[in-house]
Amino acid sequence: MFRVGNVTQERIVFSFALILLIAFAIFLPGFSAAGNLLALIRSVSVLGILGVAMALVVLGRGIDLSLVSVMAMSLAWSFDLIAKGTSLAAGLAIGLASSILVGLGNGFLVAFVEIPAVFATLAMGTLIYGAGRYFLIDLDVVYLRGSGESIAWIGAGRAWGVPVPVIIFALVCAMAALFLRYAKAGYFIRAIGDNYHASRITGLPVRPIIVMQYVLSAIIGFLAGLVTTTSVASMNTRIALSTFVYDIILVVVLGGIGLSGGRGGIRNVIVGTLLIGILINGMTILDIQYTVQNVIKSVILLAAIVADTIINPRDEQTAQQGDI
Amino acid sequence: MGNLKALALAAAVSLAGTAALADGIDDPARTPYYDAFKGKTVAFVPIAMGFDLTEGWAAGIRKSVEPLGVKFEVRDPNWSTEAGAQAITSLIQEKPDVIVVHNPDVQSYAKLLKKAEEAGIYVVQVNMRSSYTTDGFAGADYVSMGHQLAQHLIAKCSPANGGNGKIAIIQGVLTAAASAYQMKGIEDELAKHPEMKLVANQGADWDATKARTIMATIIQQNPDLCGAAGFWDVMDVGTGAAIKESGKKIWLITQGGGNEATCTNLANGVYSEVIEYNVMGQARDISDIIRYLLENKPKPGSTHTTLFTPLEFFTKDTMKPGQCWALDAKK
Repeated sequence: MFRVGNVTQERIVFSFALILLIAFAIFLPGFSAAGNLLALIRSVSVLGILGVAMALVVLGRGIDLSLVSVMAMSLAWSFDLIAKGTSLAAGLAIGLASSILVGLGNGFLVAFVEIPAVFATLAMGTLIYGAGRYFLIDLDVVYLRGSGESIAWIGAGRAWGVPVPVIIFALVCAMAALFLRYAKAGYFIRAIGDNYHASRITGLPVRPIIVMQYVLSAIIGFLAGLVTTTSVASMNTRIALSTFVYDIILVVVLGGIGLSGGRGGIRNVIVGTLLIGILINGMTILDIQYTVQNVIKSVILLAAIVADTIINPRDEQTAQQGDI
Repeated sequence: MGNLKALALAAAVSLAGTAALADGIDDPARTPYYDAFKGKTVAFVPIAMGFDLTEGWAAGIRKSVEPLGVKFEVRDPNWSTEAGAQAITSLIQEKPDVIVVHNPDVQSYAKLLKKAEEAGIYVVQVNMRSSYTTDGFAGADYVSMGHQLAQHLIAKCSPANGGNGKIAIIQGVLTAAASAYQMKGIEDELAKHPEMKLVANQGADWDATKARTIMATIIQQNPDLCGAAGFWDVMDVGTGAAIKESGKKIWLITQGGGNEATCTNLANGVYSEVIEYNVMGQARDISDIIRYLLENKPKPGSTHTTLFTPLEFFTKDTMKPGQCWALDAKK
């Protein structure tokens, strides 16, 4: 008999990534060059950072659909102020403070008003984009100007030969992993995600912890936005209307973090991000058109999920209400 | 006495003559000109407001028709083709005198534009054409732009001129008129020059981040790339950032409406060369077509005017002061 013992989705996706990596390395000249591999990770580092933010919320059985809106609008506002003469530090502080406020708002709506996270954050994202676009900035695209140019190294620089965004991605992963493993609050996130009512009866401060999740997600989102803005010297707020937030959820779910909460860790985000990175990089080298790339990407992702469903069938006993 | 009378008469006549000259003659074209615009309505349906091109056109049209007493309104579909189609459908019911439309692609609005003309509304298209030809079109000739763009790249990178012939192209959305027509021009030109090698031809969805990732990968694969062409300056800040990071000397030609951000980026070395279709010039062309139609009142759909925008190529060195326009100044 075929034993399926420890075959988890994470492992399936990791093997998928590994097979693709080996195949590309053999068949694509120039793919396995160190420069290209760095460029590969660099190209998905923002996706990965946002994946960590999303993972922290999903682990606690929530979801943050406002992540991309908050990232785009807070950074656009910051750099618009900076371009108009506000000092760099003040501009960034205003942007960060506004995103923390939004995180608090999200957390309050979910934890205290008890609105389902999907609706609360979806509405918040639309509100933030609309209000920000109407009141705060004039055009869709805000450019890096004035004193903002002095921090262009965050997105475009290198340290010890490694692009800075890759280093930031690594640091965010490390900090989030340590937080989940060693901090009490991090430990509680998993507990709440696994069983909200049991956690509450045990005496965990469930509501403050939920608020904290959304604030953390907003702060990490701000950091990801900083990397995006400085690497292309502009922030296009239209990204808030795109399907980018679903790509982030995909990275999280693909890596093996269940949307039902409590299962998985930062390692899963890294695996999911790498698979996407390898796919995009290989297909660009093959000069496959963007539209066709999307089709191939979706088919492979679908295949990974189908493989997982066959090997790990849904378990009636452990499946929770609300599983997606 | 008689002499005195004659003198007085002469004085009176000459005085009256002078008075008549001071009164001037009324321009016979004035009244019909102003009457032609009274109480008229012009509606603008862009792909979206909020970026340099559409904001520039709206400001320019408003500035030239509103003082004539024309009501100018904007329906913003915010990047949604369905919302745009909805806006045109409801405009057909409301019957403005002119609809100015900016097509997201060549197909979507074609039937609606025909319906609008049948309902007695003039339709003027801006910069990106629909497959259906209406009363007026003002915008860039993208096929010719493709030809000229390719010629500039060939001049820079052809082996005959000391280059290695390797070029790359970063398009926007592949189905947009700007991409499809322009590619035709480029392909025609490259067919005549087999020594040129198009090593990569990718669409980046008008997105700077995607353009950056794609360009970085292309440079990894072709470290000796000589030139590149991008299809929109806002997207090509990403293309330029990838080139800058690689530290290579790659000639990047981009294109756009000549907003001040373009000139700043050119001066900063993000791009090497810019093709400008001047948005303020286009706004003037659109208003001219509108005024012509309202004055002469041809049957909607019976005449077809095309005004192609003159294209201007410039680099950091050939850029003139005041080449680019600022949005605030035009509002």
